[in-house]
Amino acid sequence: MNFKGRDIISIRDFSKEEILFILERASFFDKNKTSDHLKEKVMATLFFEPSTRTRLSFETSMAQLGGKVLSFDDVNSSSIVKGESLHDTVKMVEGYCDLIVVRHPKEGAARYVAEVASVPVINAGDGSNQHPSQTFTDLYTLQKELGDISKTKIGFVGDLKYGRTVHSLSLALAKFGLPIVFISPKSLRMPQDLIEELQSFNIKIIEEESIEKVANDINILYVTRIQKERFSDLLEYERLKGVYQIDLDLTSSFPHLKIMHPLPRVGEISPEVDGFEGAIYFRQAHNGVPVRKALISMVLGK
Amino acid sequence: MIEKRKTMEIPAIEYGTVIDHIPADVTLRAMDILGDSFHNYTATLGTNFPSKRMGKKGFIKIEGAVISQDQANKIAIIAPKATFNLIKDGKVIKKSTLELPDIIEEILKCPNPECITNHAQAKTNFHVLKEEPLSLRCHYCERTLQRTDLVFK
Repeated sequence: MNFKGRDIISIRDFSKEEILFILERASFFDKNKTSDHLKEKVMATLFFEPSTRTRLSFETSMAQLGGKVLSFDDVNSSSIVKGESLHDTVKMVEGYCDLIVVRHPKEGAARYVAEVASVPVINAGDGSNQHPSQTFTDLYTLQKELGDISKTKIGFVGDLKYGRTVHSLSLALAKFGLPIVFISPKSLRMPQDLIEELQSFNIKIIEEESIEKVANDINILYVTRIQKERFSDLLEYERLKGVYQIDLDLTSSFPHLKIMHPLPRVGEISPEVDGFEGAIYFRQAHNGVPVRKALISMVLGK
Repeated sequence: MIEKRKTMEIPAIEYGTVIDHIPADVTLRAMDILGDSFHNYTATLGTNFPSKRMGKKGFIKIEGAVISQDQANKIAIIAPKATFNLIKDGKVIKKSTLELPDIIEEILKCPNPECITNHAQAKTNFHVLKEEPLSLRCHYCERTLQRTDLVFK
């Protein structure tokens, strides 16, 4: 499989076989942490909104492969504030690098940048649309923790209506034909069009309001944050925010569960859970590095 | 006799293209979308003509120009049951129903205010997921649209 020159924009663009190939490469970089096979290569990070952890993860990955990083992340100091169009910024930057990593608040911006740029583009988040390196990181975590991705029996919990990570990961898992459980209050359920898209893969889907009712049917509990800014009624937020508190009561009742979270968390997982052996969210975050190394080196044809 | 009267009302063409059975209320929009395909040719646009099948219908007759069905299909999104007729020597030599293309380019605007196409000079592009009921996906923001969401440029 050759990914040279390819853009990494959306999980929708990848087949099951391509995903497995990327995970295999990630596993290679997990075992071989440093090398210099990308020396002389330059990656530009074009961040139109701040995201320290994503940017650092990409920059670390490039540095450990011997490549150089150009940061265009300080929007205030660049010509963007002078009114330069996104098109022109990309045309300028592509001349300085071999690869562009872009993050932008508008949905679809990464696809647009990829169409403008002559170098490969990796989407590091385009508004509430896609964040494929996060999705590949989640998939790699499942494979690593369970030994085989096909053993995944995942339950997503929290804000499923607006959760970008949940939408992308569920779509990827559907390509593997895996069953999915969605746990949320009625007002934060998965969007209907996405449920229909998942159903087109003929997978088993369960929608439920209680973790306890389905905990024995799953082995992964993927927790997401219920975001305050999504609520026009703050009383409704206060009612819902504590509903899915992950604490030691839950983990001791269901010790077989592995807990994932895209981070940052804001209280939905109690710190005391960190010591629980199934708490894998920090390992999940660290898996972002080998996965990003795999993506960077594949699109550069190395 | 009735048939004959109809052809008297509408100037018949010798050679060209007729797109018929356009819903009357979108005839002007259809003309607007297709206009570039035959901008130098004589064309007749009719609207609110009586139709047994549709009640009222519209049509576009283009004298002297053969446009391709692919070009005509651009209006299938607003006129899904319209017919495409090629005329030669005053006779219909090809007749077919318009088909929705797999990708709808340019004529729609993405209704998602956060979509990049509403902020940069990107051409719009929608993938047809399902024809009935209509379901489209924006090529850029990947949001799904239903017929009631459609916004024309």
